[in-house]
Amino acid sequence: MRKQEHMQSLKQNARIINGLLGLTFVTMIAAQFLIFVYVPTEQTMGVAQRIFYFHVPLGWNAFLAFAVVFVCSILYLLRRDKKWDRLARSSAEIGLIFTTLVLIAGTIWDKPAWGTWWTWDPRLTTTLILWFIYLAYHLVSVYATEESQGARYAAVVGIIGFLDVPIVALAIVLWPTQHPSPIIFEGGLTGSMMLTLMVSIVAFTLLYASLLILRTSLRHDADEIKKLKQYMDERN
Amino acid sequence: MKGAASKTLAIVWKDITSEMRTKEVATSLVAFALLIIVVVSFTLEPGENNGSLAASILWVALTFAGVLGLSRSFIIEKDKGCLQGLMLCPVDRSILYLGKMLSIMIFMIVVEIIILPVFIVLLDQSGFPPQLPVIALLATIGFAAVGTLFSAMAVNTRAREVMMPLLFLPIASPVIIAAIKSTGLVLSGESWGAIASWLGVMAAFDVIFLTVSPLVFEFVIEE
Repeated sequence: MRKQEHMQSLKQNARIINGLLGLTFVTMIAAQFLIFVYVPTEQTMGVAQRIFYFHVPLGWNAFLAFAVVFVCSILYLLRRDKKWDRLARSSAEIGLIFTTLVLIAGTIWDKPAWGTWWTWDPRLTTTLILWFIYLAYHLVSVYATEESQGARYAAVVGIIGFLDVPIVALAIVLWPTQHPSPIIFEGGLTGSMMLTLMVSIVAFTLLYASLLILRTSLRHDADEIKKLKQYMDERN
Repeated sequence: MKGAASKTLAIVWKDITSEMRTKEVATSLVAFALLIIVVVSFTLEPGENNGSLAASILWVALTFAGVLGLSRSFIIEKDKGCLQGLMLCPVDRSILYLGKMLSIMIFMIVVEIIILPVFIVLLDQSGFPPQLPVIALLATIGFAAVGTLFSAMAVNTRAREVMMPLLFLPIASPVIIAAIKSTGLVLSGESWGAIASWLGVMAAFDVIFLTVSPLVFEFVIEE
């Protein structure tokens, strides 16, 4: 009876995940259409400006991912439930990948827009330091000598790292800047650009959510298998 | 409260006593910092004398010496099994943190007292700016505040020599930036007003991490 209930809930979970994946797929296709076909080319920056519709959603989601890491890390240290550790670590991995993509997309866009691949500008530098912080987060959990220790260390770095980001930003903002300040909320975008950006942000946020659920459930399964293996070893 | 202070000082005193007997850490750190200043100075052209360049050289040296000293602090405890002894002490974990942090800070300040004048001479600066000790103190507090935490963490990981700088350098980057920029300004003869915002950044970092680190420290050394 219990087994049947378990199967039922598994099936239900699978349905939710498949639904989310489908929705992500459709929104992502729509976003690609808007970015490459629908939205007009920007006058001064040309075609390269279309990178903007990847750059901003990726950056936004990277930050969202690290905020999730921060909250889950605190919850893990308080409750000691493996669930929060799995969520935090999965979110950090996705955040790290998104930050990598933001940096790559940024440098590709910098070359035509500013004439350089890289400048030590506040936002670029902050993003790069952010990348290093979450790389350290990942490494400390991998290099820890035991599982629970890795989880605790990762949680501590997840908290310290997130608190550090505003101070890094503050320190670097005292330098002169080249990166444009956000014009998105000041009406600097025309209607079609705003629409494209919004759809793209929704698409990437859905992508983040899908990846997070998949990665977390993969971690969950890995933990289950480890438990089973331990059980088998003890019996033999 | 008075009990907490004397317990903290007992831990500090233990570190100072063992250092006074071996003089291992201070000697090696001073030599290391000097070597970095010398090696990095190879990039300078003869006669080149630039305040902000000198400031970068100074803080690269002090940061790397700091990383080395910070990791030593817990490697010594771990290798001789002293960490277990410390954890068995009937004191709060945050007292343990404060004690280790203060002793690290004292070692770094001793190193800086030797390095700073030598640096002024070697890089031929026009004088010793009175703001420099304040900058160094604020930076050292920040280094020690996060460094103690990461040192205790790195010592328990597999690649501990590598883990320490990987954790420490990105997190401490606001302090490193502020220290380099403000030192550069005072070496070029600027007054207190010009470096006020940089001192503010370091002070904010110190306050935030002196508050948070003792709270999370117990999760780091828990066995």
